[in-house]
Amino acid sequence: MRRPARAVLLGLIALFLVVLGLDAAPALAQDAGVQGTLVNKGKPVQGVEIGVTTKGGKPVGTATTDATGHWEVKVPGAGDYKITLRDDTLPEGVGLRFPDRKTLTVPVFEGGQPRVVLFPLGKSTRHVQSTFDRGLQLTVEGIQFGLIIAMAAIGLSLIFGTTGLVNFAHGELITLGGLICYWFNVIAGIQLVGAAVITVVVCGLLGWLQDSVLWKQLRRKGTGLVAMLVVSIGLSIVLRYFYLYLFGGSTRSYAQYQAQEGISIGPVDIPPKGLFSIVISVTVLVLVGLALLKTRFGKATRAVSDNPALAAASGINVESVIRLVWIAGGALAGLGGILLGMAQQVSFQMGFQLLLLVFAAVILGGLGTAFGALVGSLVVGIFVQVSTLVVAPELKNVGALLLLIVILLFRPQGILGRAERVG
Amino acid sequence: MDWGNIVSNSFEAFIGRDAVIYALAAIGLNVHFGYTGLLNFGQAAFLAVAAYGLAISVNIAGLGFWTGIAMGLAGAVVLALLLGVPTLRLRADYLAIVTIAASEVIRLIFRSASLHQYTGGSNGLTAFANGFYRYNPYPNGSYGFWRIGFNEDEMWYLTVGWALIVVFSLLVWLLMRSPWGRVLKAIREDEEAVRSLGKNVVAYKMQSLILGGVLGCFGGFIFAIASQSVQPDLYGPPLTFFAYAVLILGGAARVMGPILGAMIFWLLLAFSDNVLSQAVRDNLVPHWFMTGTQVGQVRFMLVGLALMLLMVYRPQGILGDRREIALDAR
Repeated sequence: MRRPARAVLLGLIALFLVVLGLDAAPALAQDAGVQGTLVNKGKPVQGVEIGVTTKGGKPVGTATTDATGHWEVKVPGAGDYKITLRDDTLPEGVGLRFPDRKTLTVPVFEGGQPRVVLFPLGKSTRHVQSTFDRGLQLTVEGIQFGLIIAMAAIGLSLIFGTTGLVNFAHGELITLGGLICYWFNVIAGIQLVGAAVITVVVCGLLGWLQDSVLWKQLRRKGTGLVAMLVVSIGLSIVLRYFYLYLFGGSTRSYAQYQAQEGISIGPVDIPPKGLFSIVISVTVLVLVGLALLKTRFGKATRAVSDNPALAAASGINVESVIRLVWIAGGALAGLGGILLGMAQQVSFQMGFQLLLLVFAAVILGGLGTAFGALVGSLVVGIFVQVSTLVVAPELKNVGALLLLIVILLFRPQGILGRAERVG
Repeated sequence: MDWGNIVSNSFEAFIGRDAVIYALAAIGLNVHFGYTGLLNFGQAAFLAVAAYGLAISVNIAGLGFWTGIAMGLAGAVVLALLLGVPTLRLRADYLAIVTIAASEVIRLIFRSASLHQYTGGSNGLTAFANGFYRYNPYPNGSYGFWRIGFNEDEMWYLTVGWALIVVFSLLVWLLMRSPWGRVLKAIREDEEAVRSLGKNVVAYKMQSLILGGVLGCFGGFIFAIASQSVQPDLYGPPLTFFAYAVLILGGAARVMGPILGAMIFWLLLAFSDNVLSQAVRDNLVPHWFMTGTQVGQVRFMLVGLALMLLMVYRPQGILGDRREIALDAR
């Protein structure tokens, strides 16, 4: 790219990053208090008295539920408070689900929203799923998750295959997609679909930029691969804390498609945005697969990824293949970040938290093959989600690591990797 | 701008708790990365296992202090074995990925709410260091000069910490001059050649992993004892990356490298932190550019940037030799 054009591009990126920073608004403090909503069989319950006393029994205040079933009592400060539901003020036919729990002791903290206190009424209406149904639900969620991982994993695997670099900063490319889309969607006000398209293009450009400014220069300098690995770790630290600096530590959502009711397909309950995510991921991945298989450039990419020296010897322009891989890798990771932001929320470390699973997926499938990355991602995604049947949710990533270790013990080249010496 | 405060804080960081912890962690990492060429990116896991081993033994299981130390050491050895068995036959990159993943998983396990009663969950554990402070020979009071002062507890763990650093550095120096150490350095340079000479490369790498893990885990002990608490989020990837920055800054494969690196690293970090904080407080820096909380984030960005620049322009650090650096693996 010509020098003025490069300067303009960098200037635009700097400008939008500054504007992103102007949005770092502080959270407003709220009064300390307690609140709740009484609902029986889906209908709000009016006219019930709730009394609040301190832990020692000194009365603080009372409230009566209004027409929406809502009640709220302000408390003087942080501390433990006893909340009592006066069950003699409950209407006919309505009773507490746990009659011996009409007084609850809750701690209230300074600032933040008034603390919600729950008094369940009436019989339990929870629909308990059978394990098989839950397994099916988790499998579908796992497929959605696995497809998001696949977006990042394909880029990572191809970058490794063509350049030998294990890019620890790939998580930051994912986060970048999520954050840029947030900026276009929430701050610039563009509808999510349009914002997503623009974001993918910008991410592709930034992927190319990262290669041409940093990695190409290091390759030309002859820097060893281990040194580049450590450089990528340093880059990931710089980028992640830069995102924190600009975006703040809180998680935020996109303006559209935030809370959606699930559509029931048989025993599986999935919100429309989940289906949308699966369809988009599958379409994009099929297109990438076709491009890799059918087009000449795709064949060149697979050749360079397999053996760069041999590919160069047969006349393929390795540098332009690498450039393409970085653009595509950046764009795919960006799309993955947008889908992740839709499924969860946008935060400065959303990509870094996914990185462990992306690595597991790539190694599982075979470092350096795109289709391996796809297969590995699906396996990791499904395994991680289904494992919550037996494992606590915050430990579900542990399953991915165990899977990774098992694969390294028995088949270190991965599912689709070539059985070459990996040591 | 209170320059007296800035200079005294920086000097305290130069020889203080963080320098000791990271020097110990980097000594262990030096054995892994500097001398054997192992890309261990999970050094934080060794420190976490040691610290939690001590805390859980004393706080939850009610055992004695020395038993707690022994449990922590045993934990470090077991961790080294668990990490090494699947990955030491493979390429350097695989060890890097697996160790980073293992370190994150260990942190998640210690943090998990479902194991709260054994590990203290995200709040961590306290009240396990009395057995250490009972031996404190320093009478109550403040020790130092000018504005620099350490209390008797700090003096005690700093004394022990620096003594450990000296002993371990001596140990590493002696080991690396021995035939065993020469094999390790040879493995770093060319594994195939060592294998062709009939040496069991995997066994040597495993021994190096265990030794480095045990040496480094004392950093975890000092961290736990000095702050009298263990919290899972303090043993995350930033700890490992800082340890690498310390090692590379001082010079990998040099006995004094980790020590010098740790002292200078924390001196620079404390200095920049103090200067920026005071500048923000005195309104010398506009608030839309940087607030007080963002100073800490700038610190991390500087560390990342320093790591990148060091690796590209001076990978041997201050004391190292360019020819001895394990950076050409593939």
